Amino acid sequence: MSGGAFTAFLESGVRFATPLAYAALGELVVERAGVINIGLEGAIICGAFGALIAAGTGSVWLGFAGAALAGVLLAAIFAFFVVTLKTDQIITGTAMSMLGLGLTGTLYRTMYGTAGASLHIATIAPAPVPGLSAIPVIGRAFFDQPVVTYALYAIVPALAWWFYRTTGGLALRAVGEHPEAARGAGISPSRVQWAALLFGGAMGGISGGTLVLAQVGTFAEGMSAGRGFIAIAIVVLGRWTPFGVAGAALLFGAASALQTLAQTMGWGMPYQLPLAFPYLLTLVLLASTRGRTASPAALGQRPA
Amino acid sequence: MNALARMVRSQAGASVIATLLALLIVTLVIAAGGYDIGHAATALWNGSVGSPYSFFSGTLVRATPLIIVGLAVAVAFQAGVLNIGAEGQLLAGAAAAMTAGLAMTGWPGWISVPAELIAGMLAGAACAGIAAVLKRSFGVLEVISTLMLNFVALYGVSYLVRGPLEEPTHTYPETLRLAESARLPVIIPGQRLHLGFIIAVVLAIAAWWFVRSTATGFRIRAVGAGAAAAASAGRVSVDRVVFGTFLASGALAGLGGGVQVTGVTYKLFELISPGYGYTAIAVALLARLNPLAVVVAGIFFGALEAGGAGMQRDAGVPAGFVYAIEALVILGVLAVDRVRTYAGAHSAPVAGERAA
Repeated sequence: MSGGAFTAFLESGVRFATPLAYAALGELVVERAGVINIGLEGAIICGAFGALIAAGTGSVWLGFAGAALAGVLLAAIFAFFVVTLKTDQIITGTAMSMLGLGLTGTLYRTMYGTAGASLHIATIAPAPVPGLSAIPVIGRAFFDQPVVTYALYAIVPALAWWFYRTTGGLALRAVGEHPEAARGAGISPSRVQWAALLFGGAMGGISGGTLVLAQVGTFAEGMSAGRGFIAIAIVVLGRWTPFGVAGAALLFGAASALQTLAQTMGWGMPYQLPLAFPYLLTLVLLASTRGRTASPAALGQRPA
Repeated sequence: MNALARMVRSQAGASVIATLLALLIVTLVIAAGGYDIGHAATALWNGSVGSPYSFFSGTLVRATPLIIVGLAVAVAFQAGVLNIGAEGQLLAGAAAAMTAGLAMTGWPGWISVPAELIAGMLAGAACAGIAAVLKRSFGVLEVISTLMLNFVALYGVSYLVRGPLEEPTHTYPETLRLAESARLPVIIPGQRLHLGFIIAVVLAIAAWWFVRSTATGFRIRAVGAGAAAAASAGRVSVDRVVFGTFLASGALAGLGGGVQVTGVTYKLFELISPGYGYTAIAVALLARLNPLAVVVAGIFFGALEAGGAGMQRDAGVPAGFVYAIEALVILGVLAVDRVRTYAGAHSAPVAGERAA
C-alpha cells in the first residue's frame, strides 16, 4: 500500500470517528453518573433532524445548536422517566431509540414530503491547520478536518481534567460509584444524573449534527445507523476514561475506513470482518476484565 | 373509588390505558402534520382488519414473528434476564434455517422443514449462549454483550448473503429461494398465513402453562422477583435458572427467524428483520410478560404495522409513526406502572428488577 493510500485511510478513519467520539464522550459522562443510556441512538437521529431544521436558517452554527437542543429534548424525556420516575434504564432506553427513529421519520416525511431526498445543506469544509497539516502521513488525517473534529482535541483533555481535578467531576464519579455515600456528602444524585443526561443528550445531538452538517449534507431516515450502540461499545472499550474513549472511537473509525479500503484495494477479505471486529474486541475485553471491574459500580442500577 | 382507579389497578387495564395514551399522542401528531384523520383511520382499518385478506395475510402474518420473539423476550424478562439481543438471535436463526434448507434440497418436507426450524432454534440458542456464558463465567452484563452480538449477527448475515450463500448469478445480495417442499405450508388457501402462526399460538399456550404450573417455571419467576431471595431461600440455583432461561429465550428468538424464512420470505437477505427483536420488547411489556397476552399484543402490533403500511399507501401518512407508537406504548406502560406503585397496587415488576 502506498503512503498516499495510508494517509487517505487515516483521514477517513478520523472522519468516521468524529461523530462516534461525540456520542461516546456524552455517554461516558452519563455512565460515570451510574446511568446507561441505550437510547443514545435516538438522541443522535434527533440531533441530525434538529440540524436539518436549524440549518434552514442558513447558519451552520445554528444547525449545531439545533442538533444539540434536539438531543437535549430527547434526553430530558429519558431523564424524567429514569431519574425522576425511576423506571428501568434498559427498557426506557430501548423506547427512546424507537421514539427518536419513529418521530424523526414521521416528521421528516410530514414536513418535507417526498422532496426530502433532494434537500441539500451546505456543509462545513475541512479547515487545514497551517503547519500541522503538512506533517507527513498523519498531518492530513488529524489536521485537515472540519472544526468539529478539532473541538474534540480540546474536549477530551478538558473532560479528563474535569473528572479528576474538580469537585464537579468528583461528585459525578461519586454518584456513579456509590450514590448513597454521595447523598451522605450532601450531593443530590438525581440532580447530578439529570445534568449528566442532558450533557449526554447534547453530545449525542451534536454527533447527529456532525453527520448532517460536516459529512453527508442532508438528512436520511435512520441515518444514525447504529452509531448510538457503537458509542456504548466504545465507552466499554475505552475503559470509562476520556482518553480511552477517544482511542476506542478512533479504532472503530479505523475499522469503518478499513472496510472501504479493503473494497477499493480488492483485498480478498470479507469487508464485514473489520466492521464486526471492534464488537468482538469489546466482548473479549469485557470477558478478560471480568466484566465490570472498570465500570462505575452503580451502573445501570435503579435508585432506591 | 371509580372505574378509572379500578382500571389502573388491573394489569390489563394498565396496558389498555397506556395504549390509548400512545394512540392519542400519535393522532395529535398526525393531525398536526395536516393529514385527514378520518382518511388515515379508514386506511389503517382497511390495511389491518378491513378485509379477510388484510387480516390473514397482513396482520396475522406480521404478528407471527412478533409473537414468537415476544415470547422469547417475555420468558427472559420473567427471570430478570435483560436479553435485548433477540434481534441478533433471530438473524442467527434465520441464517441457520436457510442454510439447512438449501443443504436439504430434494428432501421430503416433513424432514426438511422441522430440520430447518430446529437449526434456527439451535443457532438462536448458541447466539444467546455466548452472552449467557459471558454472564455466568465472566460477569459480563448481558445488556452490553447481547447488544454487541446483534451487530456481529448482522454482519454475519451480510457476509453470508454476499459470500457463500449468494445466489449463483451474483446479481442480488440474497440467497436462492427455498424449494416448495422446504417451506412452511399455507394454512388458508388463497392467503399468505402459514403454519408458523399456529406454532406461535401453541408455543404461547405451552409457555403460559410452563411458567405457571411447573417447578422450573416457579423457579424462573422466583429468580426474576429477586435473585438473592431465591438463592437464600434455598433449592434455587440462580445461575442455572438464568443460564437455562437465556438459552430458551435465544432458541425462541432463533425459531422466530426460522419461521420467517420458511414461512414468509423463503430466502435470506440483509434486511430480513425490520427490527422484530426490538418491537418484541414492546410486545412483551404490553403483555405484562404473560405468554397468553403476548399473542394479543403481537396481533395488535401486527395490525398496527399492516395498517401503517396501508396508511402510507392510501393516506400518505409516514409508516415511521408505528415505531413512535411502539415507543410510546412502552413509556406508557412504564409510567402507568409507577403510578400504580405510588397508588400502592400490588403487582409484579414490569421486568429487569435488578438483583442488586
